[in-house]
Amino acid sequence: MGEKILMKGNEVIAEAALRAGCRHYFGYPITPQTEVAHYMARKMEEIGGTFVQAESEVAAINMVYGAASAGVRAMTSSSSPGISLKQEGISYAAGAELPVVIIDIVRCGPGLGGILPAQCDYFQMVKGGGHGDYHNIVLAPQGVQEMYELVVDAFNLADKYRNPVVVMGDGYMGQMMEAVEFRDVERIERYDKPWAACGSEMKREHNTITSIYIEADVLEAHVNHLYEKYRLIEENEVRADVFNCDGADVIIAAYGTCARVTKNVIKDAAKMGIKVGLIRPVTLWPFPKKAFEQYASVPKGILTVEMSMGQMVEDVKLAVGGRNNVYFYGRTGGNVPAQKDILAEVVKIARGEGGDLR
Amino acid sequence: MDNQIIFAGFGGQGILSMGRFIAHAGLHEGKHVSWLPSYGPEMRGGTANCNVIVSDEEVGSPIISEATALVVMNQPSLEKFESYVAPGGVIISDSDLVPVKPERSDVRVFSMPATKMAYDLGNPTFAGVILLGKLIKETDVVGYDSFEAALKGILKPKKHYLIPEEMKALRMGADY
Repeated sequence: MGEKILMKGNEVIAEAALRAGCRHYFGYPITPQTEVAHYMARKMEEIGGTFVQAESEVAAINMVYGAASAGVRAMTSSSSPGISLKQEGISYAAGAELPVVIIDIVRCGPGLGGILPAQCDYFQMVKGGGHGDYHNIVLAPQGVQEMYELVVDAFNLADKYRNPVVVMGDGYMGQMMEAVEFRDVERIERYDKPWAACGSEMKREHNTITSIYIEADVLEAHVNHLYEKYRLIEENEVRADVFNCDGADVIIAAYGTCARVTKNVIKDAAKMGIKVGLIRPVTLWPFPKKAFEQYASVPKGILTVEMSMGQMVEDVKLAVGGRNNVYFYGRTGGNVPAQKDILAEVVKIARGEGGDLR
Repeated sequence: MDNQIIFAGFGGQGILSMGRFIAHAGLHEGKHVSWLPSYGPEMRGGTANCNVIVSDEEVGSPIISEATALVVMNQPSLEKFESYVAPGGVIISDSDLVPVKPERSDVRVFSMPATKMAYDLGNPTFAGVILLGKLIKETDVVGYDSFEAALKGILKPKKHYLIPEEMKALRMGADY
């Protein structure tokens, strides 16, 4: 403890999961997150955990479903096309209220797309992706240290609310190396799981894990129960990094790598006399609406920057609620919005020369 | 100080490792560091590059838009990244592999026969370390002791016997 070491984001995901008590990992390789599986394969053998390279992504998520049903901390990881395949299982886990942790190191799509970094999985992770009325909790790290913290938090939140939790980073978050300190051991929480199907030894009623409710009223009551839980999550678990926003001329909304590039843009803009703030959602769901409400009256408007054609910008617009202009700048296909290009957008907006108004 | 260094060349030359050594050495000095590799289609095409930042301040974007230094080990990389170097920056190239010199006149250029020097030392894999010697000399990005500490940290113990030779190659590059 206390020592800073240089590690890749993907390796930190695996190490964080192990430290959080995950002893069951099921995955299937795909760039740019395969190092998670490499690390798990090596370490699980050493510590007597379970590592399975499943026959497919569908199999892997269902193995996680099974392990989580038995009450153990379980995780899978993949990247965008692989996550699409897992969506059915994620919906089942949400319906059955299973604490599963899913890592999505996003690459560019649609289809097989490419292997370069992107943020175009926002819709599929934040808005559902699978069928039915449900929400994933979605956490978005902006660097390797935060990757550790959010993976630990993902296991805590999954157990606390019996809900799927996604840690979503663009490809660079997985591939980048930065210093990490495995601090705050007290961050790791433990929860009793009296609901788990781990053997009753005939001493209690057996537990059933299911998402099937044939009767309309019974299913409606179940979904209402889920939504009461989601309301609690929205009340208690929203997180955002609000930086430099008081007195700002323009506010940028960005997460992951885009937020990191924005930190540089803020410095560049300051040299030109433009004060730029940053609202960085750490929880993409629950979305930090209040931060946007609070700064909705920023004089020149809000610019959302994403590595997509504009997905999170819809939530920014909903939060701003028509009280201000919401602009968008994005790159896709594996390109990352360049510092100078974001700055150019900021300058245009600050001068009232418009931009891509959404 | 804010060092923003791009390392680029062919896959297999140790480009990503060169960046790793510098990042490790920077961390050893208590600096803020980031290391971002190319992992996309260009890597499959046989070229490799990485962005390394070693800074006194927290690293903002890990993606380098203006480099303070460029270390190149093939011609296409020089052509691709020459324009990224900020005026007053440094370009270090292996003249055995990069026959055409940089066109820029507003940067400091060090073109040195690193591959030949490495062969003369009896180990062609030292070409990268020779270039790193020049990088350290010209930019002070990290100290020599920190570099040695990084080698100890990264290389497996069975490879530690190489460290004195690596350090010799580093000094040779610095003194060229």
